[in-house]
Amino acid sequence: MTVTELLSYDAALAAFDPVMGLEVHVELGTKTKMFCGCSTELGAEPNSQTCPTCLGLPGSLPVVNAIGVESAIKIGLALNCEIAEWCRFARKNYFYPDMPKNFQTSQYDEPIAFNGYLDVQLEDGEIFRVEIERAHMEEDTGKSLHVGGATGRIHGASHSLLDYNRAGIPLIEIVTKPIEGAGERAPEVAKAYVAELRELIRALGVSEARMDKGQMRCDVNLSLRPNGTKKFGTRSETKNVNSLRSVERAARFEIQRHAAVLTSGGTIIQETRHFHEDDGSTTSGRIKDNAEDYRYFPEPDLVPVAPARAWVEELRGGLPELPRVRRNRLREEWGVSELDMQSILNAGAVDSIVATIEAGADAASARKWWMGELARNANEQGVSLEELAITPSDVARVSALVAAGDLNDKLARQVIEGVLAGEGTPDEVVEKRGLKVVSDDGALGTAVDEAIAGNAAIADKIRGGKVAAVGALVGAVMKATRGQADAAKVKDLILEKLGVSEG
Amino acid sequence: MPGITREEVAHLARLARLELKGEELDHFAGQLDDIIGAVARVSEVADQDVPPTSHPLPLTNVMRADEVRPSLTPEQALSGAPAQEQQRFKVPQILGED
Amino acid sequence: MTDNIIIKLTAAEIAGKIAAGELTAVEVTEAHLARIEAVDEKVHAFLHVDREGALAQARAVDEKRARGEKLGPLAGVPLALKDIFTTVGIPTTVGSKMLEGWIPPYDATLVKNLKAADVVILGKTNMDEFAMGSSTENSAYGPTGNPWDLTRIPGGSGGGSSAALAAYEAPLAIGTDTGGSIRQPAAVTGTVGVKPTYGAVSRYGMVAFSSSLDQGGPCARTVLDAALLHEAIAGHDPLDSTSIDAPVPPVVEAARNGSVAGMRVGVVKQFRGEGYQAGVVQRFDESVELLKSLGAEIVELDCPTFDLALSAYYLIAPSECSSNLARFDAMRYGLRVGDDGTRSAEDVTALTREAGFGDEVKRRIILGTYALSSGYYDAYYGSAQKVRTLITREFEKAFEEVDVIVSPTTPTTAFPIGERADDPMAMYLADLCTIPTNLAGNAAMSLPCGLAPEDGLPVGLQIIAPALKDDRLYKVGAAVEAAFVEKWGHPLLEEAPSL
Ligand SMILES: [Mg+2]
Ligand SMILES: [Zn+2]
Repeated sequence: MTVTELLSYDAALAAFDPVMGLEVHVELGTKTKMFCGCSTELGAEPNSQTCPTCLGLPGSLPVVNAIGVESAIKIGLALNCEIAEWCRFARKNYFYPDMPKNFQTSQYDEPIAFNGYLDVQLEDGEIFRVEIERAHMEEDTGKSLHVGGATGRIHGASHSLLDYNRAGIPLIEIVTKPIEGAGERAPEVAKAYVAELRELIRALGVSEARMDKGQMRCDVNLSLRPNGTKKFGTRSETKNVNSLRSVERAARFEIQRHAAVLTSGGTIIQETRHFHEDDGSTTSGRIKDNAEDYRYFPEPDLVPVAPARAWVEELRGGLPELPRVRRNRLREEWGVSELDMQSILNAGAVDSIVATIEAGADAASARKWWMGELARNANEQGVSLEELAITPSDVARVSALVAAGDLNDKLARQVIEGVLAGEGTPDEVVEKRGLKVVSDDGALGTAVDEAIAGNAAIADKIRGGKVAAVGALVGAVMKATRGQADAAKVKDLILEKLGVSEG
Repeated sequence: MPGITREEVAHLARLARLELKGEELDHFAGQLDDIIGAVARVSEVADQDVPPTSHPLPLTNVMRADEVRPSLTPEQALSGAPAQEQQRFKVPQILGED
Repeated sequence: MTDNIIIKLTAAEIAGKIAAGELTAVEVTEAHLARIEAVDEKVHAFLHVDREGALAQARAVDEKRARGEKLGPLAGVPLALKDIFTTVGIPTTVGSKMLEGWIPPYDATLVKNLKAADVVILGKTNMDEFAMGSSTENSAYGPTGNPWDLTRIPGGSGGGSSAALAAYEAPLAIGTDTGGSIRQPAAVTGTVGVKPTYGAVSRYGMVAFSSSLDQGGPCARTVLDAALLHEAIAGHDPLDSTSIDAPVPPVVEAARNGSVAGMRVGVVKQFRGEGYQAGVVQRFDESVELLKSLGAEIVELDCPTFDLALSAYYLIAPSECSSNLARFDAMRYGLRVGDDGTRSAEDVTALTREAGFGDEVKRRIILGTYALSSGYYDAYYGSAQKVRTLITREFEKAFEEVDVIVSPTTPTTAFPIGERADDPMAMYLADLCTIPTNLAGNAAMSLPCGLAPEDGLPVGLQIIAPALKDDRLYKVGAAVEAAFVEKWGHPLLEEAPSL
């Protein structure tokens, strides 16, 4: 890989003002493809979810998926867009083997949604408004497997194998207007925007928007202009930046790269760039020259889409609470700081915590388990919180057991470990592992007596008023009961037996 | 309206993925120049304020329910493939980027 | 009944005799297969004859009748299918090397409809490659001869279908009409062809040439037969977004009750003049007189934008085809050339398209690529779509004054094979009168109105009706047909030389 000259981030920002454009493709979670009735289920065997239409066989024709249109309108409304009264599909003509018709059925100058905005909240709570140019409907391409080269890369491959199961899956492409005025926070804005958009798409229920599964893909367009100037510089288009962290890194890298080129007297060429997850760099892709001419024209095989105003208003009325509003409400309900809320969000724990509270837990304990033990576990396994083998109601049950004094924190962690290991429900794990807090006063009393007898010097200190020394005796009792005692209760018992009262 | 040159025909052939031979370029350039000269008459209406017609019938909102229909079997899907491997369409190496 | 009698029966007569037990579907099918065997070497109407499939279908009809099941109005009638519709198990080439040997995994909706009507599909007919042409000379598989004179063209693109009818190889045929490809072949072969209203017949499984213009339709030797076939193939198809979701107009009823009495018939000023053969004009004028004598009122119409129709057509159709034909890239089906293990997919696609497409297809792809390219779109494609709007408005205005419009179907009779082969502009003129209807999407028919005195070849009369009023074509057509047959003493086709 060629080494790319970079300017330091601070130096870049001292001289230049970044302007970004973000293009996000979201695969809708419809049951069928955009223009045919083939299933969109992931993981099917190759070419088993294809038909004449999505294979582009001669004679085949498209028919629009109504839920595809409905989803597009919902997304448009949630992005505060205007919804077209009348719009058409258009053909975007270019040859590529993963595209069966060699044109993509998309929208061109008549997108279904346009002219909106999305307010995103930065880590310090500041709200930044990202203007939306358009959201339009289109279709995905097939998948190619490059054979014979190094690790599936296109270069050096001897041939490619094509699976068209993905071809025709509905996509919504969401394009921002140029994002200006973010300054040094541009990479953060980019990340926050994509994160907010993802939350929004999920809240609408139109897609799971899993970036790791390619259901949401981002292109980062970036240009620099000298500080204080108005005219946009030449942009680069970094394609397929497919995680939140990568979005931020790609923007940052491009700012530093552009700045290095510009300060050394070079010019930026308009080109696509590839992002590399491993080191966060981008490398040169295809140069955008004038030879590229998509020859858009209205798709003659489809008739115009003219969403009735009543339908649009009905969809508007049914929109869920927007994620940012919901987040702020929850933050207040839970009584946490902006910063804590941000980390809950980053961990993807909001929905799990809500569900756990709905299952009966208090906010503090729900948050504690999901953000502590469980987040750590998910991290170690490299999965999302939802994918952990524990449900919010399991977590709520654990916290109920703690609240009732049946478990202490240490035991509760063991219960969770058991549930995650597939040993059953929390109650089953308690049962099987014998994890009840020792609450039998007789057994506990004996253990306390033994601890006092075995640590006479300390007991004397306590009797003499050094109450702080009680910790050592509590420790001894806990050790003797293998942790299955309620530490607070042990402490009370020791003090009681020694005839000392606290404070 | 300007005519069409041999170079333009070559450029269009590349866009349309047609590997035209040299003599074909000359032949087509001449014919296309005649045709374009004739059909360019349509621009007589260019400044008329009428909407373009892309569909002969004024239909709108033709949509289908989001219900799964049977797909072809992979064997049917691949039945016309010039080459196949691993139940996929086998194609020559792809040069492009995205 | 001898084969020679059977093949001259109309579809309606055949269906009647099969239903009455006077003939079996197998007998009828065998008679036509024998005829094909006897004459098609000369005519070359068929690209593929599905002997076994046809006989199996025929047997099924006979069994159905034996079981006492009710038969449809065309049950057991043989049909020649233009090779542009996909057929499971039967090759579909669209007249192109690009699809040589391709066997589709699905049936076109029209094919399903024909099967549901128990029509017997004899095979697939020759056509100009991808339906681009007016002579069938652009077929990659060689030209078709006109049964009236085998050295002349049978029209195009559906020359195989019209020739099959005129040569008595089938009583019914299917064509597709993008700029006249049903009507012009009908005119030059002395047969009947109808382009229904756009959206009346499903395009699903009909290989696209120009999506907003293409329309499948019936071809026959009589107006009633065309109506019966029209009814069998038309109707809403949820797989075609541009399909009309309304009942099929009562075309059969209209064909059985031909009349022009009290009708207002329009004659458009722009459909005559330079380029029209004298004998064609003469027969057309006689037809107008005939209509008058049958009680029609003739109204002169002026539709100035019709003069731009040909130009608009030769921008719109190539534009759409340049995109529709992009899928022929050697990746998923059809021809692949030059894949030697070293060439890229891009190169193999370009080499294959170069080898697999004929000249006319390449010309139109390049023309369409040009018309859609940035910088030219507004002047060409955009303007052409405006012409389309204006033509539609002129039709609408005309149909406020008249019930139908009549014109010659084509400016000349069948020209000799080879005459216009390398003169695309001359070839395009063959569709001068038929194109406006495709642009506006309304319905039209061609039926024989006599022989041109100078060459003794058939002349077609075109009848044009408003969109969704296809029944008017049949009402007027049946009246005109009956009057001509009475005047001539027999159907025109009987004057054709025997093969
Ligand atoms: Mg896109
Ligand atoms: Zn499909």
